[in-house]
Amino acid sequence: MIPVSWYLVVSVLLLACGLVGLAVRRNFITVLMSVELILNAANLNFVAFARQLGDVAGQVFPVFVITIAAAEAAIGLGIIVQLTRLKSTVALDAVQEMRG
Amino acid sequence: MQFLVTHFAQAVFMLLALFCLGGAVGVVLFRQPVHAALSLLASFLGVAGLFVLAQGEFLAAVQVLVYAGGVMVLFLFVIMFVNVRTVGKEVQYLRPLVPAAVVGALLFSALALTALWALSRRPLQDPSPLAMVEGAMVGNTEAVGWVLYRDYLLPFEVVSVLLLVAMVGAIVLGRKPKEGERP
Amino acid sequence: MDAVLGLVLLFPLLGALTNGLLGHRRGWSKKTTAAVALLGSGLAMVAAWVAIGHWLIHFGRHHAWYVKLFSWIPTLWGQTTSGQLAPFTVDFALRLDGLSAVMVFFVTLVGFLIHVYSVGYMDGEGARGYARYFAYLNLFMFAMLTLVLGANLVVMFVGWEGVGLCSYLLIGYYFTEGWCASAGKKAFIVNRVGDFGFLLGIFLAYKVFGTVDFAEIGRLVEGNPSGYEGYLNAVGLLLFVGAVGKSAQLPLYVWLPDAMAGPTPVSALIHAATMVTAGVYMVARANVVYRYAPEAMVVVAVVGGLTAVFAASIGLAQNDLKKVLAYSTVSQLGYMFLAAGAGAFGAAMFHVFTHAFFKACLFLGAGSVIHALGGEQDVRRMGGLRGKLPTTYWTFVVATLALAGIPVFSGFFSKDEILGRVFAAGVGDLHGYGRVYLGLWVLGVVGAFLTAFYMFRAVHMVFSGQYRGEAERLHHVHEAPATMAWPLRILGVGSVVVGFVGMGKAVTFGADVNWFEHFLHDTAPVVATAHLSLGLEWVLILLSVGVAGLGIFLATRFYTGPHAFQTPQHLTQRFPRLYALLANKYYVDEVYEKTIVKPLERTSYFSWKGLDTVAIDGTLNALAFFTEIAGDFLRFLQTGNVRNYVLWILAGAAAFVVLLAV
Repeated sequence: MIPVSWYLVVSVLLLACGLVGLAVRRNFITVLMSVELILNAANLNFVAFARQLGDVAGQVFPVFVITIAAAEAAIGLGIIVQLTRLKSTVALDAVQEMRG
Repeated sequence: MQFLVTHFAQAVFMLLALFCLGGAVGVVLFRQPVHAALSLLASFLGVAGLFVLAQGEFLAAVQVLVYAGGVMVLFLFVIMFVNVRTVGKEVQYLRPLVPAAVVGALLFSALALTALWALSRRPLQDPSPLAMVEGAMVGNTEAVGWVLYRDYLLPFEVVSVLLLVAMVGAIVLGRKPKEGERP
Repeated sequence: MDAVLGLVLLFPLLGALTNGLLGHRRGWSKKTTAAVALLGSGLAMVAAWVAIGHWLIHFGRHHAWYVKLFSWIPTLWGQTTSGQLAPFTVDFALRLDGLSAVMVFFVTLVGFLIHVYSVGYMDGEGARGYARYFAYLNLFMFAMLTLVLGANLVVMFVGWEGVGLCSYLLIGYYFTEGWCASAGKKAFIVNRVGDFGFLLGIFLAYKVFGTVDFAEIGRLVEGNPSGYEGYLNAVGLLLFVGAVGKSAQLPLYVWLPDAMAGPTPVSALIHAATMVTAGVYMVARANVVYRYAPEAMVVVAVVGGLTAVFAASIGLAQNDLKKVLAYSTVSQLGYMFLAAGAGAFGAAMFHVFTHAFFKACLFLGAGSVIHALGGEQDVRRMGGLRGKLPTTYWTFVVATLALAGIPVFSGFFSKDEILGRVFAAGVGDLHGYGRVYLGLWVLGVVGAFLTAFYMFRAVHMVFSGQYRGEAERLHHVHEAPATMAWPLRILGVGSVVVGFVGMGKAVTFGADVNWFEHFLHDTAPVVATAHLSLGLEWVLILLSVGVAGLGIFLATRFYTGPHAFQTPQHLTQRFPRLYALLANKYYVDEVYEKTIVKPLERTSYFSWKGLDTVAIDGTLNALAFFTEIAGDFLRFLQTGNVRNYVLWILAGAAAFVVLLAV
């Protein structure tokens, strides 16, 4: 039997990796990947606690999260495609169009 | 050897966790997006394995199908599409890595400490067997299905609409701009 | 057969829509407009008569023909005053019974005749104005018939507002003239006051009875008259406020004289024959409420009686031909309310009926005179037109005799019926207010004298003596064309004969041939009061005929012959204040201007400049200003760099974690 805290530690590590990736990478595509890491960390938490508490509802929410993640990836990648058409780059620093 | 037999699950957990975290670190560190993407795939598969260990077989399948299958292919496709060469030449792609690593470590320790502290304050009961629906044992998929379609039907529908919207949005974003139209 | 009743409403509506939507097109000639409008009103008349025939044959006059066209407001649940839940359902339902049959009969007939008359009268208008005019006129027919046929208060209210709208549109028909547009607005706004009361009356009726259907209310009140005692007075008075506005009674009559700004046929149809009598019709419709509400009845009678004399006295000193007729209309409406207030609802309706004919005839005659003189309305610049306009003259005189209440003419029968009933209510001490009714009877007799006097003053000033206007106009004087002459003739004949359907008992020496009263007995009964002996009734009749004759005699003395205008001038010089008071309509408009309009104007000006511009706009502008300032600072955070945003998110997450840990 694996204690729930093990899962939590793995989940937190995944989250930290995702956050660091989010902060340091300049490539739009890898930034998106980091976001996926963070979502996976959340899913892991859900599942761990579902096991711990014996409630299947904890396994339902990851389904929603995965759906959202898929939607987010589709939109994000669509934006990347447009971005390369417009600027021929995927570097986030190169995009400042929305400056106030 | 005896230790491995008695602690087989823990050993598998460790292995999968390593796999998973290694992939995650790879995503952050690899310069080439293709490498990062393959590393992310490893991480996804590791998470799927962890799901299985936590008796989430259905979710593991979904994870493999949607993430490792769909999302991953999408990533790779876009990487190919936007020309690997130009993408790869990312100057100083990791410049704020050291401060970020420090921040990440701090964040991690704070979160981990919080979680462990919370758990120690209120110890959890023994895990109860999963997959009980109306007093009868059913498969994990059926159990998830029951809860999903009975208790969470409205969120489910909402999410499906959201997915549809995203699909339409992706199509609109991805289409070639018409003559004289700014993308 | 139920559809026939719907057709009565449908034909004018279709006519209005056709002319209203297509009339502005270039190919739409005046002939087409006239044909459509005449078809709309004519077919409505035919449908109405078929419907009345069908009703008489298949239902009989003791039963109502109830037709539900569609379910309008579905069931809502509400609480009545007695605390029980009652469903509130409104069907768009029509009801043809004795009361509405009378109204439908003369509304469609007079309406059609005035449509015909308008074809000639409005000939000088351009094609677009012509189409607009007839679209409004047909729309008015639709609204008026809805009002009359409505089976419940709410449907009636739809028609009520519809006729108000058409009245506004037609008064302001010559809207390029500023004063016509203001007259329209005045009519609309003054009517708002009354309609507010009417609405409150409907709400209270639902609250009290749990229904707005006339028949249901009647059943409830008849079944338990004492159960609703206090409420009946309130409902009756609120409904009467609506009637006061629509039927131009004191103190809301001020819009009707100004409403003469519209084309003359409109004045004839809307502001004399049909719409303004809607208030009387409504009171008669709701007579079950009034019969058990003595105080409300007295108020109705007092308002009616005072208005009758008040308006008649103003009519003495008016020089605008249409204004004279307008004040006479107000005065006659007062008589109708006087009758209703005395419990003689049938008599009130009878006067509505006869009045529709002779007053429409008078207005159309006045229109013919004005048309002939090229727009001249001042009686001081008329005179001697008798030879030039024979048809107009004869019909006008006949209608005037009817209005004055000279025997044989229709107005005699109805006015006499009213005065007789009021006197009987006084003698019989109706509800214990006998003295009030006797006082009102005196007012009624005085009013009859004034009416005869000012009407014959107008007749003599227009038709007798020498022409006093510009000579040039006289050359162009022409008798009305056929489309105008025939309605005049028909209405002139009507002014004579329609009175015979309701001859009182005394006139026929006790023979009971009052067909009209029997016809209305089920729907607008007469409250039993003292029974007057035949002799007494004859005394009353002779008295009222006598005062009318005296009025005619004096008017003839004063305004004809070699010494014409001398006595009135002497009187004006001897009583200058009294004359000024009458000529200026008791300064009521001026008082309203000072006490209501000006303060309202000042309040509005303050609301505009003080509240809206300074307070509301100022607050909003200040908010916008501060938002802008804040935005100017916050824009520095909006770098447009996504990674920057990510850092902010991380900072937020870190702060949250710290919050959790601590």
